[in-house]
Amino acid sequence: MARIGVFVCHCGTNIAGTVDVTKVVEVIKKLPMVVLATDSKYTCSEPGQASIREAIIENNLNRVVIASCSPRMHEATFRRTVASTGLNPYLLEIANIREQCSWVHSDDKEVATAKAIEIIKMAVSKVIRHEPLFPTQVEITKRALIIGGGITGIQAALDIANAGYEVVVVEREPSIGGRMSQLDKTFPTLDCSACILTPKMVDLGQHPKIKLMTYAEVKKVKGFVGNFEAEILQKARKVDHLKCTGCGTCWQKCPQKILSQFDLGLGKRTAIYIPFAQAVPPKPVIDVSICRYIKYLNWVATGQEGKKPPECRICEKLCPTGAITWDQEEELITEKFGAVVVATGYQTYDHSHYQEYGGGAYPDVISGLQLERLMSASGPTGGEVIRPSDGAHPKTVAFVCCVGSRDQQKGRPYCSKVCCMYTAKHAIMLREHDPEIQCYIFYIDVRTGGKDFEEFYLRAIDEAGVIYIKGRPSKIYRDGKKLKILGEDALIGRPVEIAADLVVLATGMEPSIGADELARILNASYDTYNFMVEAHPKLRPVETQTDGVFVAGACVGPRDIPECVAHGGAAAAKVSALFSQDTLTTDPLIAVVNQARCIGCLLCVAICPFKAISYEVTRDKRLIAVVNESLCKGCGLCMASCRPKAVDLRGFTNQQILDEVNSLWL
Amino acid sequence: MKKSRYAYYPGCTLKTSAKEYDISARLVCKALGIELEELKDWTCCGAASAHSIDQLLGIALPALELQAAAKLELPLVAACALCFSRLKFAAHELKEEKVRNLIGEVMGKEISQDHHYEVVHLLQLLDENTDKMKIEKPLHGLKVACYYGCLLVRPKEVTNFDDVENPQTMDRIIQVLGAENVGWDFKTECCGGSHMLVRPDIVVKLSHRLLAQAQQAGADCLAVACPVCHSNLDSMQKTIAAKYKDNIHLPVFYFTQLAGLALGLPPKQLLLDKHFIDPLPLLMNKGLM
Amino acid sequence: MSVASVITPQPVSELRSAVEAYSRQKISHCYQCGKCTAGCPVAYAMDLTPRRVMRAIQLGLKDELLASRAPWICFFCITCSARCPREIDIASVMESLRLLAISEKTKSSVEDIKLFHRLFLSFVRLWGRAYELGLGAAYNLLGRHPLNKAEIIPGMLSRGKLAFLPHRSKRANEIRKIFKRIEVMRNEKIIQPKSEVKAQ
Repeated sequence: MARIGVFVCHCGTNIAGTVDVTKVVEVIKKLPMVVLATDSKYTCSEPGQASIREAIIENNLNRVVIASCSPRMHEATFRRTVASTGLNPYLLEIANIREQCSWVHSDDKEVATAKAIEIIKMAVSKVIRHEPLFPTQVEITKRALIIGGGITGIQAALDIANAGYEVVVVEREPSIGGRMSQLDKTFPTLDCSACILTPKMVDLGQHPKIKLMTYAEVKKVKGFVGNFEAEILQKARKVDHLKCTGCGTCWQKCPQKILSQFDLGLGKRTAIYIPFAQAVPPKPVIDVSICRYIKYLNWVATGQEGKKPPECRICEKLCPTGAITWDQEEELITEKFGAVVVATGYQTYDHSHYQEYGGGAYPDVISGLQLERLMSASGPTGGEVIRPSDGAHPKTVAFVCCVGSRDQQKGRPYCSKVCCMYTAKHAIMLREHDPEIQCYIFYIDVRTGGKDFEEFYLRAIDEAGVIYIKGRPSKIYRDGKKLKILGEDALIGRPVEIAADLVVLATGMEPSIGADELARILNASYDTYNFMVEAHPKLRPVETQTDGVFVAGACVGPRDIPECVAHGGAAAAKVSALFSQDTLTTDPLIAVVNQARCIGCLLCVAICPFKAISYEVTRDKRLIAVVNESLCKGCGLCMASCRPKAVDLRGFTNQQILDEVNSLWL
Repeated sequence: MKKSRYAYYPGCTLKTSAKEYDISARLVCKALGIELEELKDWTCCGAASAHSIDQLLGIALPALELQAAAKLELPLVAACALCFSRLKFAAHELKEEKVRNLIGEVMGKEISQDHHYEVVHLLQLLDENTDKMKIEKPLHGLKVACYYGCLLVRPKEVTNFDDVENPQTMDRIIQVLGAENVGWDFKTECCGGSHMLVRPDIVVKLSHRLLAQAQQAGADCLAVACPVCHSNLDSMQKTIAAKYKDNIHLPVFYFTQLAGLALGLPPKQLLLDKHFIDPLPLLMNKGLM
Repeated sequence: MSVASVITPQPVSELRSAVEAYSRQKISHCYQCGKCTAGCPVAYAMDLTPRRVMRAIQLGLKDELLASRAPWICFFCITCSARCPREIDIASVMESLRLLAISEKTKSSVEDIKLFHRLFLSFVRLWGRAYELGLGAAYNLLGRHPLNKAEIIPGMLSRGKLAFLPHRSKRANEIRKIFKRIEVMRNEKIIQPKSEVKAQ
């Protein structure tokens, strides 16, 4: 027999100002099984909670209803209050008579009071059927998987490893470093990018708690928070990294060249290569799509049709340690993890979509990142800024901002945040390269929201003599050796035409290729543009709706390096907090399958948005659904879809809901 | 889809200032086995003036021709880009019920809902039938700048004609004819349009820009698909050259004339002698005559 | 209008409603990037460039806009609409301004362009087809510039490219009926846009 105590809160005047609390208490007192009904001014306060505790003990209550604000506010607090008396904390029900009553009916006290009574009646009828519930404990594998080896992933890895936990970093490219390794200098300090990045890269490579897997990709992830299992594909490098010393003889002598992706098509690299000089690991891979010997082997394997490719093998012949391993195959490696951090970063927008700017076919119209490669001392031109078409030194350089950003027509309505700053940086650096260069920047707005950013913008105007023209250009066309830009100076209101030697398009940021596929593998949310979606944009950055999967850096949205580093650190902190527990406590308010009733239709399996339901075969050979308690979030979709009513939700059972409805007729 | 019979809408200028286009188009279509049935007693599409002065007029005038073609149960082909644009706009607007009702009232008869008006331009027609072309005299060595003008490609939702910035329909045809396309960046920039009478200064400025760019790109001549463009670029060329004094000299062909030449038709039949800028010396120079 | 005169922005105005209703474009979406003006081949000849026209509508500057020659210099090449990053059909906005100017009978500095259009249509009304020679002559005489483009007339005539007499269509009467019906529907001589056709 239930002994229910109802505590009605005034919440100052928030509730009492509209709801006649005294009347409510009087009515509720008379309900069957209600042993005690009382009110208090601030139930959540210390004295308020104390009075509840006393009342439970004195009156031997075994069920508690607190009529107050939304359970989102204080349910956890009140559960602790109840638990402190020895009563199971799940024998509590919160009746929301504030957000769902007094706050919305502040103009009609009668209605508000009547409604409050009904809400509490419902809660009373529901609480009768509450059962004691006990959260379960789950083990945690204290190992983090970091997907992506750019600055964000590197920072997260180092922070987690320094906290004492094991980390595995999986990077798709042959080396870690990400976009930062392609940059020359960074704004607003004009630090050399490689100089600040490489020490962290080396730290990561040498850290005893970090296992680095480059040239590898995550293919599958199963499990749940604390208990993930990932399948990682280690691609075949054709080089044994245990034997290789990184001497560099092979890539210096390799005869097969291709346009370098690292240099964005402005330079070449060999078939056996490291992407850049400071690569970590500093050991090469062989690009099997262009390697001559691999082509020969394929030619042999496919019946020797056509012209015989050369049997090159120069790298193998020259390698002093015999590290070239032609028969090395790709491997699928399975590892266990407790948390996953996605730090897959960004790529720049492909400006060939802007046909009006040449469609990517004009060699002297380049992207901002391509300019970085030109300016970089380790780049394809050794740091000399020259026109890709004829190698001449440009004297007039025009920049066009918002290419692939703030452009609904091109499917990228968002602002990429960093381009205003990096364009100013480019202009400042071009002046440093050549004091005779005149830069023009076509912008719509100049966005300088970070620390020291506005001052940096002024520096571009003062020191580098940049002319800023407000107006998006409509067209860039070739006029002899020059490039003509048709624009408008919107501030003076007249059309403008500039003849430039080189045009730099400030291309926007978008997620790396494969970001959506990875999100699906992890069952994490992503948006229209393939950016990862956080659990709450303001208050829960780096977390996702999927427990144990964290996201950090530019894969979440356009941002600059300091923000990425902070983000990586934030993810690391959350992972460390997760790992600092010995076990994980799971919420018991989850779905449960009545095995006797389940007919094995498995509709719930398909419907569950958290993939928390699977199936098994009972001893009497029946197929039944089974809920994974750690993954279930208690959303109730399975319960609603279950035809034989085999699935029930603890704390919100079918019977409880029926009782609530019925109570309205009492 | 390939058809061999079309309702043909020449448009006002093709009977007067652009008759070379009409004649050459008919000859070429005949050679390709395509039947062009000129709409009987066709009327003006309204050009730029109708839609600038009155919304309903701008749709009703071309709608008349759409209906005439629909009655014949034939797809409609237009030669002039401006007419093509107006016909396409009308077809596009008539998809909406409200428009159909209003225009029906204006025209004095009901416009049926389920009719889908098929309108193509002569360029699309030829592009679809390049495999039928028996090239007798390939135009080897002729460097052509294909000029499309504005209204063929824009707005994309209405005309549905090729790429907006870098169309290739005419270029493909020119290639089949054996000539060479020069890469240039002004394929779809405006020539000055029908402002010819009212603001000839604008026409001179814009057409000069086009001619200068084409010449700089290495073209021997221009190929066009619209009588308005042709008139601006051809009949005003002497005025343009006199004003800018930069030795502009580029004969302007209708693409159908080039097609006719390549198919072996005699130049006189194609009315090549009717241009202001005489193309015959160029053709002789290249050994194409 | 004087450059220095103070304006009182009118974000909600009759002008804006009429333009939005006709063109079905979201005027507020224009973020003044200037790409339209940059690509407009005749922006240099306008008193208000396309971008400024959009801004004027946002501010509700009706008198300036209806008296402006910008919508009439615009010859609908649609480059602006094709490249607008906010996907606004600016050409359609210009068109709605033309029609509004006609309906409100406002005078601008380009009465000659309106004259041209009216003359063109008057021949179409009569004979169902355009009449180039007549149009040129009438326009030049009425517009008081008799020698406008005169230099090409001899060339046109000698090449047989100019018909002396107008071509007529036997269906011209259908055209005349259309003109008449529209007049009746509008209750005056060739008239205003009232956004019936493209409403909502």
